[in-house]
Amino acid sequence: MRILVVGAGPAGTRCAVRAAQRVRGAEVTLLGAELALPYDRVALSKLLAGEAEIGDLITHPVVELAALQVRFRAGVAVTEIDRAAQVVTTRKGERLAYDRLVLATGSSAVRLPLPGAELPGVLAYRDLDDVRAMLRLAAEGGHAVVIGGGLLGLEAATGLAARGMKVTVVHAMGWPMDRQLDPEAGALLTTRLARRGIRFVMPAATVALEGVRHVQGVRLDDGRLLPASLVVMSVGIRPNVALARDAGLQVARGVVVDDAMRTSDAAIYAVGECTEHQGRLIGLVKPALEQAEVAAAALAGEAACWQPVPDSAALKVSGTAVWSAGEISAETAEAIILRDEGAEEYRRLFLRDGRLVGAVLYGDTADAGYYMRLIAEQRVVGSRAELALGSSFMDAAA
Amino acid sequence: MSVTRSTCPYCGVGCGVLVDAKGGVTGDPDHPANQGRLCSKGTALGETLDQPGRLLHPEVDGKRASWDAALDAAAEGFRRALAEGGPDSTALYVSGQLLTEDYFAANKFAKAVLGTANIDSNSRLCMASAVAGHKRAFGEDLVPGVYEDLEQADLVVLVGSNLAWCHPVLFQRLVAARAARPSMRVVVIDPRRTASCDAADLHLAVAPGDDVALFDALLCHLHAAGLTQPAPGLDAALAAAAGARPQGIPAADLARFFAWFAATPRVVTLFSQGTNQSSAGTDKANAIINCHVATGRLGQPGAGPFSVTGQPNAMGGREVGALANMLAGHLDWSVPGEHAALAGFWRAPKLATQPGLKAVELFQAAGAGRIGALWVMATNPAVSMPDASAVRAALRRVPMLVVSDCTRDSDTVALARIRLPALGWGEKDGTVTNSERVISRQRGFRPWPGEARPDWWAISQVARRLGWDFGWDGPAAIFREHAAVTTLARPSQRVFDLAGFTALEDAGYAALAPTRWPVPVPGAQGGRLQPAARCVPTPPRPPVNATSDSFPLRLLTGRLRDQWHTMTRTGLVPRLMAHVPEPLLSMHPDDAGAMVDGALARVESDWGSAVLRLKLDTAIPPGSVFAPMHWTDRFAPAARINPAVNPAVDPISGQPELKHTPVRVLPVPMAWHGFVLARQSLPAELGEWAARLPLAHGVWRHELAGEDAPAAAFARLRAAVTEPDAAWVTLDDAAAGTHRAALLRDGRLLAVVFLGASPTLPARDWLAGLFAENRISLPARRALLAGRPADGPAPTPTICVCHGVSAGSIAAAIAGGVCTLAQVGEATAAGTGCGSCRPEINALLAAAKVVEPA
Repeated sequence: MRILVVGAGPAGTRCAVRAAQRVRGAEVTLLGAELALPYDRVALSKLLAGEAEIGDLITHPVVELAALQVRFRAGVAVTEIDRAAQVVTTRKGERLAYDRLVLATGSSAVRLPLPGAELPGVLAYRDLDDVRAMLRLAAEGGHAVVIGGGLLGLEAATGLAARGMKVTVVHAMGWPMDRQLDPEAGALLTTRLARRGIRFVMPAATVALEGVRHVQGVRLDDGRLLPASLVVMSVGIRPNVALARDAGLQVARGVVVDDAMRTSDAAIYAVGECTEHQGRLIGLVKPALEQAEVAAAALAGEAACWQPVPDSAALKVSGTAVWSAGEISAETAEAIILRDEGAEEYRRLFLRDGRLVGAVLYGDTADAGYYMRLIAEQRVVGSRAELALGSSFMDAAA
Repeated sequence: MSVTRSTCPYCGVGCGVLVDAKGGVTGDPDHPANQGRLCSKGTALGETLDQPGRLLHPEVDGKRASWDAALDAAAEGFRRALAEGGPDSTALYVSGQLLTEDYFAANKFAKAVLGTANIDSNSRLCMASAVAGHKRAFGEDLVPGVYEDLEQADLVVLVGSNLAWCHPVLFQRLVAARAARPSMRVVVIDPRRTASCDAADLHLAVAPGDDVALFDALLCHLHAAGLTQPAPGLDAALAAAAGARPQGIPAADLARFFAWFAATPRVVTLFSQGTNQSSAGTDKANAIINCHVATGRLGQPGAGPFSVTGQPNAMGGREVGALANMLAGHLDWSVPGEHAALAGFWRAPKLATQPGLKAVELFQAAGAGRIGALWVMATNPAVSMPDASAVRAALRRVPMLVVSDCTRDSDTVALARIRLPALGWGEKDGTVTNSERVISRQRGFRPWPGEARPDWWAISQVARRLGWDFGWDGPAAIFREHAAVTTLARPSQRVFDLAGFTALEDAGYAALAPTRWPVPVPGAQGGRLQPAARCVPTPPRPPVNATSDSFPLRLLTGRLRDQWHTMTRTGLVPRLMAHVPEPLLSMHPDDAGAMVDGALARVESDWGSAVLRLKLDTAIPPGSVFAPMHWTDRFAPAARINPAVNPAVDPISGQPELKHTPVRVLPVPMAWHGFVLARQSLPAELGEWAARLPLAHGVWRHELAGEDAPAAAFARLRAAVTEPDAAWVTLDDAAAGTHRAALLRDGRLLAVVFLGASPTLPARDWLAGLFAENRISLPARRALLAGRPADGPAPTPTICVCHGVSAGSIAAAIAGGVCTLAQVGEATAAGTGCGSCRPEINALLAAAKVVEPA
């Protein structure tokens, strides 16, 4: 059976490798649009910060893929799907037939439609090429502005600061990473990054990017102009669905898939950030890899079903571990707060009717699994006074 | 290495101590009172030598003054009072803490110099009723027996005496004798099941105030059994006793006690504050003495009534006559010629001609503005007197209040216009007399701190300014004059005779060995006394103030094992504070209603109120509650019990009824309960309710409760202990009212603050121990907020202080099948030390039995 995987990101690569292992007599082909071997996107920040070389990022060397019976081709962009003929066409006009097609086209960084958005020096932070470009500009020093204080934006900011640039982060909310952190944890993170020379302007909105032949500054809605020889837009991602839509597959915000990662065409699967499952997109690598496993199992004819766990985000921002899950902005919930000034640790647990419904951990995330379980189990917690102190105390108390 | 022989400054047992050059204190094996033994307080004496908060310089109107200026001001105050109100507008209120020589000087100053008998002592609160009882029975204030009698008796009856806590060394001697002679019996007569009951064959839980009826009934029983012999007053006593019956004691127990007493010629009836502190205290003493007089069981080995005093020198005060109803040296106004003899000897034409105001009357007179000058020495009436709030008001009203004391931190010193720094134990030099009439030396072995001086010196300096020269060059001279006073107006029946000391050289005084009076000739050693005795009619009568629907409970007050009076000395010793860290109100569970153990409760009477932590205790009889009398503004302002205590007194002795006040007990709802452990002592104002105590490592524990919002209180408490460059670890659960915090610097714990909605909070002991550590790791900080080690069991409070056994270990042993006190002792060693924790162990055993399925 010919299995064609479009997209060599983490999800696509994992799905290709698993399919090769599990589907008897399968011929697996993996197509990557970038001219690079499959690499660890999450580690781009290390590359930017100079903590890693490009080679370190490669997750699947060509020999390994060969050994795994996966035929990998880099720099091959698919432009069209002929579902009736079960054939795809590449930019170079090559036609590739499939029995099963897996779309792993991922997502693209959103570029705000601002005046001057097309000026040289205005970049996204998404792939190797973006990072290479950022490194070139950073080498000249000067001011950088990162638009968007999400995880990727902060990683870009710390990376550029580590490269010696004067970095300012412009964020629309009052504190960074507002989806994963509550205001107090956000404030702790702000202070920590400020010690690394990163300036924050928030809440603030960008109205224009100014410059002549090259970007020179960022104009804010309050009229301020922030000087910048490099602007990184990191205001979110958008699933890459054009290929699927043109092929007439059901598409909403993402390519709609069922629990087995099957699209509206039984011969076509989709995994990773390009998908939409039960009306929800995914933005992190962990669920993407889970989807890849499920799709591979389905291809092998096994009963496979993806069950998303409640949203949780375990992240490392410039050496600081943060984790959050469940409802972290619920006004109706009671809060238990643990603060350790000396260790720069912080926890906020959200309870309703004696049950844990959400949690934010900053600094020490060792108990993340424990709280995740409590949130999932929905049972009334025992020794409330010690809940925030972690599982060891709770176990001893129980 | 030089060793100083001296005498313990605490209770009336008067134990001899040896003090080494380093200030280490051990029992004196050669002293007749203790033969080397010491109790927990005596053992800790060495830890109380360096007292913070000493008064080191005279002060006038709150400003430091020279001795001359202060003495001039005091003399001027007395002069003005004498001029404006006459002798009886002046007064002294002194203390059983004074040495005999200071006592003598104070008495002479009042009665000879000022010409008033308005000198009374805190002994009035202690054993005035015993004195009056002795005088009625023996014609003189005599304790016939000696301590050996407790060991030679076949039956020892403890009446109103928790000997185990209040006179521990006598109790140790009793327990040792009983162990050596198992046939010996001990009966405890006390409303409470006290620690002393652990050594008793029989405990009669007499109703408060019912002692007279009990001993009247005993007298009738002895008479009916044909054991009485003719004695003066016996018939009248029997007539008054006829039909007397104590309430609430099982008939079988009463019958057994009567039978034992009747069948045992060698019987000692030891009585103390529980008997004396009553509106019928004198009758109680005589009802007891009657039974001994009528059976001739008096002044013989192992037989006699035995009054033990609470203070180290109450007896010395009685001997010099430093009480309003005594003259001096057992001389009495009522005996023709004795007043004249003393007036002549002292060349005191204005010598007081009649008894003066006793303590309660004295402060009532001051409250009424009839006292123009008052000199208080070595005592703290603002705390220790009944109706204490009225006493505070009275002290404020005295135009010239002089206070001589060692400490600057007493509630009474705070009210004084003139403050005179006195010497403390180990500094002053003189004699004391213990409960068996043994005169012992208290010797100084430390330099005088600051400008502190002996009380006798300050007194004679004021006397000099009023035109009197006492002519004393030291305590020996005063002691000789005291001895000489006992020789006046003889021949006489007076047994108290120190003629043998009138010519005692200074060297002989310095080397004086413990000597029991009477000492008619040099070198004499007194023994048991067999005074001509009479029976006194003692018709039973109820306490002055009866319980009612609005005040249904009876408040008893008393002492704790490890505390002394108002804690100015013992309150600074961590291990003495460990026994009972907080002011507790003990109450029988049946009376508690909805109130729970550990909650705060308000004791209210017609006179005042106090708030203490409730301790449910089956050792307390239903209908009564018990509160310790020790706590002061300094340690627990809201827990001072004496403002709630009625000022009723015995009509003869004037001793207040400290052991029977009708009260009600109400829950005190608080918004939060909490505690703070800090490396400093914080002001008590941090909470509506507060109790402070020192712990090891210089840490202070503050137990607090308040009515404001927990979050606000938490912020206030943190602000009170916060320090620069220190970091907080905090836990907030506003919805549950839980707030916890620890303050650290460089891994060293500076403070912890715990607040909760209920009084149930983590054990303090474990947290307090962490103040000794220098490297508290990051994970350990979470443990700080848990109040226990991670993965470890929650530490439980220490029950047995001697062997450091926790409630948890005892509970574990009980769960393991152990079911008696003895077995708990074998399993855990708990209760095998001083034994003061046995009632608590019994409570744990009882609780365990309750939950067992039937």
